[in-house]
Amino acid sequence: MTTISYIDAINAAMQEELQRDENVFVLGEDVGVKGGVFGTTKGLMEQFGEERALDTPLAESAIAGVAIGAAMVGMRPIAEMQYSDFMLPATNQIISEAAKIRYRSNNDWQCPIVIRAPFGGGIFGGLYHSQCPESIFFGTPGLKIVAPSTPYDAKGLLLAAIRDEDPVLYFEHKKCYRSVTGEVPDEDYIVPIGKADVKREGDDITVITYGLTVHFALQAAEELAKEGIEAHIVDLRTLQPLDKEAILESVRRTGKVLILHEDNKTGGVGAEVSAIISEELLFELDAPIARLCGYDVPAMPISPPLEKFYMLNKDKVMEAMRKLALF
Amino acid sequence: MNHKSSAVETTRHEQLGLTDAQVLEMYRTMLLSRRFDERGLLLQRSGKINFHVSGIGQEAAQVGSAFAFRKQHDYFLPYYRDYAFVLAVGMTVRELMLSIFAKAEDPNSAGRQMPGHFGSKRLNIVTGSSPVTTQVPHAAGIALVAKMKKQDIVTYASFGDGSSNQGDFHEGCNFAGVHKLPVVFVCENNQYAISVPYSKQVACESIADRAVGYGFPGVRVDGNDPLEVYRVTKEAHERARRGEGPTLIETVTYRISPHSTSDNDLAYRTKEEVDYHKGRDPIPRFREYLYACGVLSESVETDMEAELAGIIKEATTYADQAPFPQPEDTLKYVYGDESI
Repeated sequence: MTTISYIDAINAAMQEELQRDENVFVLGEDVGVKGGVFGTTKGLMEQFGEERALDTPLAESAIAGVAIGAAMVGMRPIAEMQYSDFMLPATNQIISEAAKIRYRSNNDWQCPIVIRAPFGGGIFGGLYHSQCPESIFFGTPGLKIVAPSTPYDAKGLLLAAIRDEDPVLYFEHKKCYRSVTGEVPDEDYIVPIGKADVKREGDDITVITYGLTVHFALQAAEELAKEGIEAHIVDLRTLQPLDKEAILESVRRTGKVLILHEDNKTGGVGAEVSAIISEELLFELDAPIARLCGYDVPAMPISPPLEKFYMLNKDKVMEAMRKLALF
Repeated sequence: MNHKSSAVETTRHEQLGLTDAQVLEMYRTMLLSRRFDERGLLLQRSGKINFHVSGIGQEAAQVGSAFAFRKQHDYFLPYYRDYAFVLAVGMTVRELMLSIFAKAEDPNSAGRQMPGHFGSKRLNIVTGSSPVTTQVPHAAGIALVAKMKKQDIVTYASFGDGSSNQGDFHEGCNFAGVHKLPVVFVCENNQYAISVPYSKQVACESIADRAVGYGFPGVRVDGNDPLEVYRVTKEAHERARRGEGPTLIETVTYRISPHSTSDNDLAYRTKEEVDYHKGRDPIPRFREYLYACGVLSESVETDMEAELAGIIKEATTYADQAPFPQPEDTLKYVYGDESI
């Protein structure tokens, strides 16, 4: 095991796959010479050449569309969207094309692409460098969607995504890049897509979350433990397909659930998680399903007090967890 | 059209390196496509199928392009009117019929997609969709792989004049231009995007003019002349193989049929206009040329019409009687892993 940062885990996954499989290549704006605006693709062009860490024109639909074309003839492209906010010009390629290629051709053609997109706020990115757009793609059958919270999951899920036979949207939280470190195995491994992970065990309340807010939940849980409240924390890791069994098992354990995400509440992933619990476990609940999510405003503003107001943090999460525990 | 006027003078097609047998096959493919298309319209009108979208009038443009490419070698991203194109690169009428009847055996989509949404891995025909022009970046991606892997493969992508206004046209052409990719973009300019005429779609005189902005040649050609289309496409194909990058070809033609069986075209264009273009139909024009060259004769033509009628009849009966997909097949192939 080696302790590395979340961003280095992403970089290492790409580096290892480029080494392992000659059909893997990375494309996107600034991914080559510059090594990415955040540094995720640093060193890849030097090691693998310009074609395999390909700087593209500033045109997201082409980045996705070119990757789709390449994938259909046997390549394993990793398309980088510089910020997930800028994925929207590629939405038609992702939803109308990538998601439907296997289905519409009756399994004759496949589209094994990975689209990596830095998402989330807390970096003074303002409206268009802070969004969580996963709910736009969530509910589109044919797509898989992952959102890791730790270096272990970031590397293992990216390796799994690159080797997957279907299109995978890989949402990486910008705020985690350098603020989260953790151990990753030295040998090859994957984190299976579609499997949630229990990040902390407890018997009083269940928290279901993903991305940056996993860390807020874990920090809050440590403090609440001093008050005698033990939280059971589930990191979804994969948003589509959701790990229903893990969701239901975790809720069964405590009978109280808080769903937590940075994306705004209405129509978010949490709404579906909540519906699954309601359908299957309504009469086993000891409290109404609780959700703590981003506000339903168009996107988070840049001014520090406004960003702070919008973002979740340990204290806001702790308050919601305590309230649920005391219900 | 020029033709052999003396014993020593070579024909136009010979000058292009095409044999008599090849031009006869071009003609046969155009005619086969037309007969299929006419049958498709008839089947829709008689209630046997739900929908048909026609390529009548565009057969010369399609066949001229297709004959410049290599079957089951190059990659093809056709658009929804390209019946003559897909027939030329190996699809059968039976397969097209299975598609318009939406039957399980349809190789394009097993009855999932509308007619005209082609796809066949066997034939290197890449699966397409209905939001127009999404195939242009795909073609750039396939051509990028050919370049990366140093493969002698050229990619064809076609689309209509309306499609050339889409962002994906610009993004795909620009990408292919920047990386000098082996791809030929073909705009079949049939003058209409459903009801909206060229003049309300495009401010420049020619779609081909747009190529300048992408750093590669744009060529405007009479799309009703299959030999001229073949000539410019062959040049573009060779240019791509030499590593000199993409070409945009605009084949100027006319959509003789309404947009689809759901369209009343006389609500936005006159019968006189349509009749004028019917007078310029590429099939009788090519027929006349082939007669003048001595490639086509009455007996050859009679045999050909009988052969094609037989193919259409057999395919129609086969597709009509073929089973539909099972209702539960709706659930298949969302993911590679069927347990999800």
